[in-house]
Amino acid sequence: MATSTAPSVDLADAMVMTPPPMADYLVVAPLAIGFVFGALCLMTRKNTTRQPFIAITGLVLMLAADIGLFWHVLQNGTVVMTMGRWLPPFGITFAADMLGAVFALIGGIVGLAGGVYALDDVNQTGRRYGFYPFLLLMMSGITAAFLTGDIFNLYVWFEVLLIGSFGLLVLGSEREQLDGATKYALLNLLATTLFLLAVAYLYGTVGSLNMADISRKAASVRDTGPLFTIAALFLFAFAMKAAAFPVNFWLPASYHTPRIVVSGLFAGLLTKVGIYALLRIFLTLFDVERDMLAGAIAVIAAVTMVTGAMGALAQNDIRRQLGYLVISGIGMMLAGLALGSRTGLSGGVFYAAHSMVVMTALYFLAGIMGERMNGFALNKAGGLYSRMPWLAALALVLFLSVSGLPPFSGLWPKAYLVKASLDVGAWWLAFAILLTGLLTTIAVGRTFAFSFWRERNDGEAETVSTKGAVSGAVVGSLVGLTLLTVAVGVYPEPVIRVTDRIAGELLAPTGYVDSVFPADMTPAPGDGAAQEGETQQ
Amino acid sequence: METAMAVLTGLFFATSLYLMLSKHIIRVLLGVAVLGNAVNLTIFTTGRLTREIPPIIPDDAVVPIDAIANPLPQALVLTAIVISFSFFAFLLVLVFRSYQELGTDDTDEMREAEPVDEPAPPLGY
Repeated sequence: MATSTAPSVDLADAMVMTPPPMADYLVVAPLAIGFVFGALCLMTRKNTTRQPFIAITGLVLMLAADIGLFWHVLQNGTVVMTMGRWLPPFGITFAADMLGAVFALIGGIVGLAGGVYALDDVNQTGRRYGFYPFLLLMMSGITAAFLTGDIFNLYVWFEVLLIGSFGLLVLGSEREQLDGATKYALLNLLATTLFLLAVAYLYGTVGSLNMADISRKAASVRDTGPLFTIAALFLFAFAMKAAAFPVNFWLPASYHTPRIVVSGLFAGLLTKVGIYALLRIFLTLFDVERDMLAGAIAVIAAVTMVTGAMGALAQNDIRRQLGYLVISGIGMMLAGLALGSRTGLSGGVFYAAHSMVVMTALYFLAGIMGERMNGFALNKAGGLYSRMPWLAALALVLFLSVSGLPPFSGLWPKAYLVKASLDVGAWWLAFAILLTGLLTTIAVGRTFAFSFWRERNDGEAETVSTKGAVSGAVVGSLVGLTLLTVAVGVYPEPVIRVTDRIAGELLAPTGYVDSVFPADMTPAPGDGAAQEGETQQ
Repeated sequence: METAMAVLTGLFFATSLYLMLSKHIIRVLLGVAVLGNAVNLTIFTTGRLTREIPPIIPDDAVVPIDAIANPLPQALVLTAIVISFSFFAFLLVLVFRSYQELGTDDTDEMREAEPVDEPAPPLGY
């Protein structure tokens, strides 16, 4: 065996024989950059002055790679790369279609904004305890989850981003944080374990872990295998990750406890990974099961968005109010998944992109407001307008945007979702979307009125908040994200073109399958050992 | 063989669910640990159990001749074990730290992040 005689085997049956073009490496570049710079930050953990620059460089490069990947996918369609030269069902595949590339791109933008905001928000101790390594590793996990084409690999990336988020969540070890983190950690770990369970059943039924491979084999096992049960298990697990009603109580319990930059990043990124996974599983893999579950998903979506908005109305703490608004936004995206039409999906994906940017910006805004008001309690808020009129302008833009009022980015996806609901006669879903908009407007309008227009009424002298000017890093990241929502709101055509293309791709999963398994590739002999085991029985 | 394993994993799931329904966080944690093992056994079983046929290709062949034990679930389980063990270690420390800080492991009393007496939002100026 150890002799060096080459086996007389045609390797082309199992391996990629031509090296992929350089541009295709973009599909793994963002996470490679994230891991390398995460490791560098870990090595320079004690050098708290140099570390932020390494981290920001890493985040900028990650964003550059995300932009490159987006451009590449926009021009050439789905980019596929399989690790270790193995042909697709055997190697672990990374496949970036439009959906993954767009989520990765916006994730990169939000991550960079978070890194910049943290320059001021995270102090020396936070840096020494590893804020930046955790941030970069979490960003790598998130990006990789958007780009992987292998369902077990998706589970691994979920765990990578989860452990990164644990690190960020407990940074500082305040009493409140430990309480929130305990609930967050236990329930999220439970959700990922249930996801793994669903993967196990899927593997036992279909005999493959490659998503494109599962997609083309699902039809043949649909009559004999319990695909509907597996799809329902996936729905449960990812609904928990995405914080859909009624499995969302970990979110309001934990999202307001860490540093505000961490809250903002979580609100922008983590639940959206659950939404991405739902879109991927239910449109690329289980399109038939999605049709069967659509009614249930629609009800979940409607209840999630309305209870989220009502929760926001009932909160006194601005950060907890924002936590409920994250939940309400998840309902909107689920509505897009439930509708399943081209318009509906386009609206759902657009809403996800909008929500990633705006929710992060809102937390950043709340951070500045809380610092100037000495706390986040609405009943003690007031007096911000006279001191910071520019902040009032930013706040108004973001509040109108999250409510879905023109001319900001929240309007268009909601209009699409309402139209898609009415197209299929789901008037109650359209009503829920509009009602949520109204309740959200009331909730954020109240926050605006109390924090900005009302005079301070707690009897404290103005001197308590004569803090220096807000630092450039904080303002820069907030203004950047706000400008993005304004630009998309005023000029939405390019974004709508992209989300419409995503919806088209999602509705025709054969395109995704064909790019992983090109027609000129010889079909691999056999279909993995699991199927052999099956036939042998 | 698969039937016996299915019954065993069922017992594991029942145990972990029972433990996780407790309001004492240490039992919940043990439930999570058992759940991880239940899922691992499920992965192992869904790969189909073939006894005593090692997945080794003979010298003069390039593919296995007979049906062999499925090596892939073992790789998956190995990954899952490593991940679930490291998470369990993290959770153990986290739960111990919150027990130290909050002085309780009763989830009903862990109200630091969501205080019972949180005031209602103001109704007027």
